[in-house]
Amino acid sequence: MSTENTAPAVRNVIVVGSGPAGYTAAVYAARAQLEPLVFEGTQFGGALMTTTDVENYPGFRDGIMGPDLMEQMRAQAERFGAELRAEDVEEIELKGSVKYVTANGVRYGAKAIILAMGAAARYLHVPGEQELLGHGVSACATCDGFFFRDQDIAVVGGGDSAMEEATFLTRFARSVTIIHRRQEFRASKIMLERAKANEKIRWQLDSEVLEVLGDGSVTGAKLRNTVTGEESVLDVTGVFMAIGHDPRSDLVRDQLGVDEDGYVLTKPHTTYTDVDGVFASGDLVDRTYRQAITAAGSGCSAAIDAERWLADNEESEQAQQAAELVGGGYAPTQN
Amino acid sequence: MAGNTVTVTDSSFAEDVLNSDKPVLVDFWATWCGPCRMVAPVLEEIAGEHADKITIAKLDVDANPTIARDYQVLSIPTLILFKGGEPVKQIVGAKPKAALLADLSDYLG
Repeated sequence: MSTENTAPAVRNVIVVGSGPAGYTAAVYAARAQLEPLVFEGTQFGGALMTTTDVENYPGFRDGIMGPDLMEQMRAQAERFGAELRAEDVEEIELKGSVKYVTANGVRYGAKAIILAMGAAARYLHVPGEQELLGHGVSACATCDGFFFRDQDIAVVGGGDSAMEEATFLTRFARSVTIIHRRQEFRASKIMLERAKANEKIRWQLDSEVLEVLGDGSVTGAKLRNTVTGEESVLDVTGVFMAIGHDPRSDLVRDQLGVDEDGYVLTKPHTTYTDVDGVFASGDLVDRTYRQAITAAGSGCSAAIDAERWLADNEESEQAQQAAELVGGGYAPTQN
Repeated sequence: MAGNTVTVTDSSFAEDVLNSDKPVLVDFWATWCGPCRMVAPVLEEIAGEHADKITIAKLDVDANPTIARDYQVLSIPTLILFKGGEPVKQIVGAKPKAALLADLSDYLG
């Protein structure tokens, strides 16, 4: 980038991400006087910004709206002095003893980095999908359900988020058809039962979407039966995607260990990645639980791991300097 | 930070937006839309920094469904830029400030 500058001071720690993991890491790092710099990105608040009631976050007996919970976490991080920047990160450099994060053309250095970029909603990548995004194709039921009052719409997916979105959308829609590739569901029993009990929800199983139809706005979905191969058209004016998430590890995938799906690998029971000084937390590493509370918990762990790592590092730096002063042979390798 | 944007309604839309001398960027939003909350402070900033070139107006689709329907808004946040009473640019979804400024660059120059 031609306008690239490097910010002068090297920070203790930079947090990349602003979901429950990122903000919790920021709260802990700020309280530990590490003066964290947090890159929140466009999707400030993370996945919870597109949910409605969060009923399972401890401490909120009657539930809390996802965006409200995230605003609370954000304000809490800010209260302890975390510097929050609503900028998208363009580049992350993990090699070397100073790590760099580039946002808006400016390069920021830090001794430690906490990665908490979360996961992004997955799309089908079929014809019509991107063309009709915002015109009947949506990945945010809570944002867009309102516009489909008394209409027939579809939700694609078979997990908890598909069940939750379908159930939520029945508040507005005349009917909601769940399109799913198999007969079996990944969704938890309680969510599936809730959807099955809802008489506005219809089921289109063993079906995959070949194309989203419509000129200017959605008029239907072209389906194929995954067993018989038979093609059909479902007349709907809205198609909501709920087919899962992919870890947002694109910027670091080539620099540290990730698994075959791109989840960042951490050492068991820690948030240490295989690069010294780089810690990872939240949905970026978690293919198992993916809850607000587990993300917040691992963000806390990352901040504590980073704090201890920084303290250890400082000690060895001081020891090195002291050794150099007396001309001793202390020379720890640092990478 | 609030105060740089104006609020428009179904009834004030014609006068405040369509008949405006300056281009007006209308933010279709609602209280229950998380991504709308993300983009709101960015719009306040842009409104403050480019007040001479552009007006930024907020339209709550919950309270004002008619205009949203007229312009076929099916997803929020949607930003529509009106110039001389005509929609000339549409931006769907929350974007970072730099991306919004790039999208609007033709009208801010």
